[in-house]
Amino acid sequence: MSKLLQLHDFSALGTTSFEQMRNSAAQSGCSSKGGAGKTGCGSAAGPSDLPPEIWEKVKNHPCYSEQAHHHFARMHVAVAPACNIQCNYCNRKYDCANESRPGVVSEKLTPEQAARKVVAVASTIPQMTVLGIAGPGDALANPAKTFKTFELVTETAPDIKLCLSTNGLMLPDYVEQIAAMKVDHVTITINMVDPEVGAKIYPWIFYNHRRYTGVEASKILSERQLLGLEMLVARGILVKVNSVMIPGINDEHLIEVNKAVKSRGAFLHNIMPLISEAEHGTAFGLSGQRGPTAQELKALQDACEGEMNMMRHCRQCRADAVGLLGEDRSAEFTTEKVMAMDVEYDLAARQAYQAKVEAERDAIAVAKQRELDKLEGETASIKIQVAIATKGGGVINEHFGHAHEFQIYEVSTAGAKFVGHRRVDLYCEGGYASETGIEPILKALNDCTAVLVAKIGMCPKDSLAGAGIEAVETYAFEYIEQSVIAYFKEYLERVGKSEIRHVARGDATIRQGAFTEA
Amino acid sequence: MAYKIVASQCTGCSACEPQCPNVAIFEKAGTFVIDPSKCSECVGHFDEPQCVAVCPVDGTCVIDPTVPRYQAA
Repeated sequence: MSKLLQLHDFSALGTTSFEQMRNSAAQSGCSSKGGAGKTGCGSAAGPSDLPPEIWEKVKNHPCYSEQAHHHFARMHVAVAPACNIQCNYCNRKYDCANESRPGVVSEKLTPEQAARKVVAVASTIPQMTVLGIAGPGDALANPAKTFKTFELVTETAPDIKLCLSTNGLMLPDYVEQIAAMKVDHVTITINMVDPEVGAKIYPWIFYNHRRYTGVEASKILSERQLLGLEMLVARGILVKVNSVMIPGINDEHLIEVNKAVKSRGAFLHNIMPLISEAEHGTAFGLSGQRGPTAQELKALQDACEGEMNMMRHCRQCRADAVGLLGEDRSAEFTTEKVMAMDVEYDLAARQAYQAKVEAERDAIAVAKQRELDKLEGETASIKIQVAIATKGGGVINEHFGHAHEFQIYEVSTAGAKFVGHRRVDLYCEGGYASETGIEPILKALNDCTAVLVAKIGMCPKDSLAGAGIEAVETYAFEYIEQSVIAYFKEYLERVGKSEIRHVARGDATIRQGAFTEA
Repeated sequence: MAYKIVASQCTGCSACEPQCPNVAIFEKAGTFVIDPSKCSECVGHFDEPQCVAVCPVDGTCVIDPTVPRYQAA
């Protein structure tokens, strides 16, 4: 019977017009719509692509919706310092390099301090919609502190979405409590489903009053993670799976992980590059284990995308981050400053901001579609990557020299798709070019054909041109996706007229270290 | 009679505190300390000392040589 169904599906495809196929190709994956078998896209899915109850949950969540991450901010409170497993990419003396910043969090908070901080931040930043507990240890190795914080926040700020991150070891024991507290987003870090692979990543776990090591430890961890995932999905809680890509250890295996979590109903898979600088003192850092290159990471994400939605906008932020993804305003909200603040929770102002964003999002979607329609009839097989300088809002509104990161879009006749971001050190410091110069930025953008900016000086523009990257100011303050498509159309025209020659770009470097405001 | 926590190694993560069957561990100036009069080295409770097993930094929870080893009654 299932074979018959497949045949039927196939023949149905045959009757689809080329136009429909092209449109559906343009809208599949993370560009716009979740296709059949996908639970809608963590990246750019809109209200029409997802069941209303799921859209309600993700539309304002910067981590679960690529679209939302341009507009909405999150905060983490560092109330959970304890952990119950050891990872080779983490050194607790310097905190957890992959799940938060590679250094100790600025300060640990009590649940009471954390709740006050949440209200202070929410009053100052109306786009802050999500509170996450992501360590610096494991949220569920500190259950009392984690749940107390959620309880206090719900009392004063009931509109803030709650989410937590865990390694999954204790997850099955707390699923009921998570559901009861209306936490509707949980992230589980799953780096393997094969304990033999796990033994190379986890030296030990602490479980049932015992320290387990080797394959036995990873077997327990993996079983608990997958059980926890199934239990959450059964309760309608959205689950994001984070995986650290460790070349030579679990890179190929992550395709198996992807299948395992997809089949158990995970909503989104986030494959992140290993951070392993020697100075963090992690086991991987000391053994010289390298992280992936930008194109290695993208190739793995692309390989998994047919199976489920991939998150590509993760900034691997620290456990006390505050602000839009890619920015960190935590220094404005130290305990000392928060205690001195006069805070009033202004629900009306927050809702007004959020309504404004809804309208803006619609405008962005319309503009993108209008631009995409202009590509009608184009058949070039060319695919390029374009870097964007933005400080949020879905608009090209950052100067080249002031950019902490560039967002990377892949564009072809099928449309524009967000594929990642590249952290860079500021090129411009106090009006002068930085000491390290433009070289690291050229490496970070080496796989891009162009960079679209609000403004750029002559000097860096020439350096970029020398490296084969075109710097473009024409789209300053325009919507990102619309501009990327418009640039691509113009690029094809110039290639068509032989004004320029299309050159395939190489690989790029991923800057080590999670985001910290320098 | 007891374990002690090497303060210079302790990250203050608090993982040990709730694991101690004798409630002998408490926070002091950002790191954790063990009250030697309460520590039983987990004898009679668990096969391995819990603070040692859960501590993320090896060599942080160690036998205090200045105190005689614990003897089960």
